[in-house]
Amino acid sequence: MASYKKEKGVVWDWLTTVDHKKLGIMYLIAGTLFFLKAGLMAVFMRIQLIMPENSFLTGQTFNEFITMHGTIMLFLAATPLLFAFMNFVIPLQIGARDVAFPFVNALGFWIFLSGGLLLSTSWFFGGGPDAGWTAYVPLSLNEEQLGLDFYVLGLQVSGIGTLISAINFLVTIINMRAPGMTMMRLPLFVWTSFVTSTLILFAFTPLAAGLALLMLERIFDAQFFNPAAGGNVVIWQHIFWIFGHPEVYILVLPAFGIISEVIPAFSRKRLFGYTAMVFATMIIAFLGFMVWAHHMFTVGIGPVANSIFAIATMTIAVPTGIKIFNWLFTMWGGKITFNTAMLFASSFVPTFVLGGVTGVMLAMAPVDYLYHDTYFVVAHFHYIIVGGIVLALFAGLFYWYPKMFNHKLNEKLGVVFFILFTIGFHLTFFVQHFLGLMGMPRRVYTYLGGQGLDEFNMISTIGTFFMSAAVIVLVINIVYSAIKGERVIGINDPWDARTLEWATPTPVPEYNFAQTPQIRSLDPLFYEKVHGDGTMKPAEPVDDIHMPNGSILPVIISIGLYFLGFGLIMLEMAEPIVSPWIVVALGGLLTFGGMAMRSLKDDHGYHIPKSVVKADLKKLGGGK
Amino acid sequence: MLKNLLWRLTPAALVLVFLSGCLGEENLTALDPKGEAAQWIYDNMILSLVIMTLVSVIVFAIFFIIVVKFRRKEGDDELPKQVHGNTAMEITWTVIPVLLLIILFIPTVTGTFEFHVDADPAEHEDAVYINVTGHQYWWQFDYEEGFTAGQEVYIPVGERVVFELNAEDVIHSFWVPALGGKIDNIPGVSNALWLQAEEPGVYLGKCAELCGPSHALMDFKVIALERDEYDQWVDDMLAVEAEETAANAEAGYEVFQENACINCHAIGGEGMATGPTLTNFGDRQKFAGVYDIDDDEELANWIRNPEELKQGNNMPPHDISDDDMEDLIAYLRSLQVRPADADY
Ligand code: HEM
Ligand SMILES: [Cu+2]
Repeated sequence: MASYKKEKGVVWDWLTTVDHKKLGIMYLIAGTLFFLKAGLMAVFMRIQLIMPENSFLTGQTFNEFITMHGTIMLFLAATPLLFAFMNFVIPLQIGARDVAFPFVNALGFWIFLSGGLLLSTSWFFGGGPDAGWTAYVPLSLNEEQLGLDFYVLGLQVSGIGTLISAINFLVTIINMRAPGMTMMRLPLFVWTSFVTSTLILFAFTPLAAGLALLMLERIFDAQFFNPAAGGNVVIWQHIFWIFGHPEVYILVLPAFGIISEVIPAFSRKRLFGYTAMVFATMIIAFLGFMVWAHHMFTVGIGPVANSIFAIATMTIAVPTGIKIFNWLFTMWGGKITFNTAMLFASSFVPTFVLGGVTGVMLAMAPVDYLYHDTYFVVAHFHYIIVGGIVLALFAGLFYWYPKMFNHKLNEKLGVVFFILFTIGFHLTFFVQHFLGLMGMPRRVYTYLGGQGLDEFNMISTIGTFFMSAAVIVLVINIVYSAIKGERVIGINDPWDARTLEWATPTPVPEYNFAQTPQIRSLDPLFYEKVHGDGTMKPAEPVDDIHMPNGSILPVIISIGLYFLGFGLIMLEMAEPIVSPWIVVALGGLLTFGGMAMRSLKDDHGYHIPKSVVKADLKKLGGGK
Repeated sequence: MLKNLLWRLTPAALVLVFLSGCLGEENLTALDPKGEAAQWIYDNMILSLVIMTLVSVIVFAIFFIIVVKFRRKEGDDELPKQVHGNTAMEITWTVIPVLLLIILFIPTVTGTFEFHVDADPAEHEDAVYINVTGHQYWWQFDYEEGFTAGQEVYIPVGERVVFELNAEDVIHSFWVPALGGKIDNIPGVSNALWLQAEEPGVYLGKCAELCGPSHALMDFKVIALERDEYDQWVDDMLAVEAEETAANAEAGYEVFQENACINCHAIGGEGMATGPTLTNFGDRQKFAGVYDIDDDEELANWIRNPEELKQGNNMPPHDISDDDMEDLIAYLRSLQVRPADADY
């Protein structure tokens, strides 16, 4: 057993790291790049729609853009960005040294990334998938395009990454809590991440099954979905939405969690109705599984099914409403600091309400015969996704940035960013409600002039320019702050916050807590500020700390999965350069070889000696 | 301060734009319903909108009070009172939404049953029953009387018309916003929908389900006629025979035959329906769903190179000389059954 870590190159260090904090940062970077890519596609789509009968994009390219925009935003931008915070924050908030399985955590990241890259490779082989992010059959069975093969296998691979990460979070939250951190003292972000991970467990499995069916049908000519051969087209929609509806909650629940952290911190009040918030989260998650067919009201599943699903859907408004009012009354009577993080977190509340109320309207099945597949729906889900999830991500970014990067983001630029984004967001999406009611279907690459749709489309596109400007300001802010931003090195708790992550030193040592803290209450740091001396009491004496070794195997296994997927897609290519089976074999060798190596080689990790920890404690302060 | 102002002005300005009368084009927009189903949907949309606006206004009001009243003052380090919740309040904001939702449950259930119709002609013996088939990217309308129309569907005013919905290749969705809701056309599944037009006119319809690159161009029209005009039209459609239409434009008919157009486009009872039926092509307002029927040049373009106007559609290109094209177009225009005095 090595006694202490050997020095390695920086790149090697990041490729082999199993540290949850570094993986969090890697998720953040990868998610941001995918976010920018999908955002750029959205801008191109809006430019195409700025005026009637525009010919900036063709119908084919537009369809590839909607598909990639939607798929990337949901799977490769929003999910990893939330995972970024979950990875970085969860162990800190529960007083753990790392997640339960650090190796698996690294594996999850690299597999997610290789799936994302596999999907993006489609651009080099004749264009992206073009059947919408929902990939409805039979359109998605169209044989001419390889794009959908990349969709099927890219999502299959990245889904494995998401699934194993979720399992890891579940185990971590159940097993790794510091002494005294009972389930009913978990910060809400941890609670929502816990429930989300459960949702991933139950939702990504049907997705994997569905994608497998689609793969068999596309690549190996199975006939599950072909009515002429006794198959059924509607089955795909059920499978897809049994995954697809919970997916929205997978994204929005951690967003709720972030809001529930930021609002109390900057209102200087504890979360109003903590218990109700926890149970509301669980009820929302449960109902999230029971309402998938509300995406299928116009499919003709019959009046009884439509009524049941409609009512179940509307019911979700109740626990969501509980959350909304609890947030409002957390702020009520507080002393609120409106910095950038809080601007985003507080404006989340009314914005999300606007998305939520149209959700209830959509749930009235017979009225949905009007809304379904129109711009009304596009407006609704962007109010939820951008007005909800993305605002929460921005709030979380500004809030946790100092802990993650040891400096703050610039506040002035932050406020400019907030204002531009807010204006742009409402300009873009508010008018889309009316476009839908006025007869504009969604997923159309153009519309005729003289149908009354021109003005609002123009306004909507102008809104996109505001949002683009906002994102540019954010990028400037990140660069500027890296050079000139306010350093917080040595300042553990720059916001005067309440939860445990702010009790760690900045920069956070690789072992997080020199001594595992003793938790005495909800909002443990705040409790110590009021009832103690403002620092956490240790639950154990200073001792050697056992740490896991880094490993390059996750990268190798993920490269293997990439080639496995790519080889299967090559089966569909007219003239593959090498035999597809060679590529499949190579991929299999890397994947399973990597797994075998991991299983056969004993890796006991290493110890950070007591003396080093003590020296750190002296340097960084704290410790008893 | 500025931030606050912006917060308040943005939505207000948008609502003003809306109120200044942009309801969209007549006979397309669902905000100006022209049929029984559309009216029901509109009324219930307004009902839910009113309730939901009420909820939003309450939240916004509380929010603005908070933003104004509970800001932290410079140098104020006093800790606000830490409350852990309030059961009475929490019960209130659980019960009130439940009551509001119950109001919405009722029309939701009754409406779902009201709009449901069986896709079985035997169930609708005294109603007009039209079989709609969605194709990439055009619409086929088969009438019980035994004739077929393409792209434009004629219905009698003031009667519930039942549409049976099918699809040939991929999923489409049949939507006439001013007349009612949409239901999907799914391969291997027969759905049905009823619509009713209050007054005579031409109503715009669209395909609402992504069906390929030219999904956006899959428009159609619903033409509502008074009952007697409608009966006349049905008789006229039944009477059309390809041979006889030739009398109007002999030369064009020959071009039509030579190029085997009839292999895909039926006229009267003759020919195939791989493409839209052309029986009453001369009565149409648009060709290919979206292009102006009066534009000779565009029409010639289309016949020579359909891919250019509608990406991914299934019509092959045709190499036809300018002279022949002129004859052909004259022939196509002569295909009319509309009564001379019809006012649409
Ligand atoms: C930031 C500004 C954004 C703009 C301007 C934008 C714009 C668009 C546009 C124009 C469409 C096509 C609408 C149609 O169906 O006709 C679309 C679809 C979609 N967007 Fe966005 N979007 C934005 C952000 C996001 C984000 C952050 C997400 C998710 C995290 C997202 C998820 C989706 C999804 C799932 C679709 C549906 C794709 C499909 O129909 O297959 N969007 N968006
Ligand atoms: Cu269609």
